[in-house]
Amino acid sequence: MKKYIAFFRLRFAMGLQYRSAALAGMVTQFVWGAMEILVFRAFYEADAAAFPMSLEATASYIWMQQAFLAFFMVYFMENELFDAIKDGNVAYELCRPIRIYDMWFARSIANRSSRAALRCIPILLVAAFLPKPYGISAPADLQHFLLFLLTMFLGVLAVVAFCMIVYGLAFFTISPEGLRIFFYSVTEFFTGAVIPLPFFPDPVRRMMEYLPFAAMQNVPLRIYSGSMTDSEMFSAVGLQVFWLVAMILFGRLLFARAERRAVVQGG
Amino acid sequence: MITMEHICKTYRIAKRNAGFAEACKSLFHREYEEIHALSDISFTIGDGEIVGYIGPNGAGKSSTIKILSGILTPDSGSCLVDGHIPWKDRTAYVRGIGVVFGQRSQLWWDVPVIDTFQLLQEIYSIPDALYRNNLEELTDLLDLHELLRTPARQLSLGQRMRCELAASLLHSPKILFLDEPTIGLDAVSKLAVRDFIRKQNEAHGTTVILTTHDMQDIEALAKRIILIGKGHILMDGTLADIQKGGESIDETVAELYRAYDI
Repeated sequence: MKKYIAFFRLRFAMGLQYRSAALAGMVTQFVWGAMEILVFRAFYEADAAAFPMSLEATASYIWMQQAFLAFFMVYFMENELFDAIKDGNVAYELCRPIRIYDMWFARSIANRSSRAALRCIPILLVAAFLPKPYGISAPADLQHFLLFLLTMFLGVLAVVAFCMIVYGLAFFTISPEGLRIFFYSVTEFFTGAVIPLPFFPDPVRRMMEYLPFAAMQNVPLRIYSGSMTDSEMFSAVGLQVFWLVAMILFGRLLFARAERRAVVQGG
Repeated sequence: MITMEHICKTYRIAKRNAGFAEACKSLFHREYEEIHALSDISFTIGDGEIVGYIGPNGAGKSSTIKILSGILTPDSGSCLVDGHIPWKDRTAYVRGIGVVFGQRSQLWWDVPVIDTFQLLQEIYSIPDALYRNNLEELTDLLDLHELLRTPARQLSLGQRMRCELAASLLHSPKILFLDEPTIGLDAVSKLAVRDFIRKQNEAHGTTVILTTHDMQDIEALAKRIILIGKGHILMDGTLADIQKGGESIDETVAELYRAYDI
């Protein structure tokens, strides 16, 4: 365990170095969040009753999503890992007395945490002071807030477990670009990154909520914005745990196979 | 003690002729060619030896090193290093070996070298006292005092290679695999690296297996040479065996390559 903590520490410290990237990211996220809320406002003005979430809840959903973007965006994958697989630097990782899956898992969580740590506070602060209904509102009660923290944690683990599967698949292809582009579009759509899942038509939404992608940002953001009933929340947490375990098992299997048949390219 | 017996490894390589039409054709039908990277490789290396493993590009040197360091699984044959089969129980095995790939880097790019070293201490669970001891010794021998606090990306190739060597010896491995450790280095750095390898071998009895194209490396370090070409071992002996009087080592080796037609 100590090894993985050391790994986490180093990657976290490394992430804190990139100050200008954090600043640029923050600006992008402000602009993006504001734009999204303005678009939604236009829809709500047409007919507020036609939407499954109030504008207030949607605004909270969007600001929380932007603040913790680094936790939830599946496409924030680590280029260094893809490069290591592609150009063969993974050779060094293979001759360490450590499981690559666990090592990369710790590293990915650290990377995401350091990015989120640098960016979330300014965004949350500004969004909290925006006038209603455009700003972020406090969660319904303490229970919602605690459940939000728990499901956010599970959500990050699920995101990383999914990315690990993509890294695992990258061992079997010559170039990981195709994988990245494919999973970029799939996850943007199915996680609720572009449009929150409640906005989808009912039959589609019900199906989408069973997918592993719904176990990522959908659950914590909706719990925070208060758009889930109690029974929905508990089944959602159950699904999160189920998908997390399933994805970790599959990822480990993939890595075990990849390590056995890996051909490290180049002289 | 390292023994390799009848190791074979083949790679499958997709081939096609030039041109767009051929590229389209290969979407549906690929022709593969089997390349025998290693065929029937056998040798034994005793503790504390320094062995130079030489041969032209594509001869199978790196494949052998990859098998010995547990990264690559051979198609057939057996290999035993200090009682371990490298590609089985990999994590237990790699604790006792150090590896340097001259063309790759194990240092974390954006952080000071010492951070990578500390991470390695955790990864190999090196006790504090041993770590401090080894770090001090390696820092002195490789003259790393100024480098440890520098981010790896800002090191020159020679400086980086010295750090790479230190990184792979922090856990006191008994066996060291060096895959082209002097590639691209200037004269001073080459001498420093050679000198260090020799001292490491003398002081700790570390077994060293070294691949290189630089015959001066071999001359300076290796008492024993294994020559590999087209996946076969062609010669296993000492420098004196092959060198005729007055010839430089480069001429000797070129002669050897020509004689074996590799």
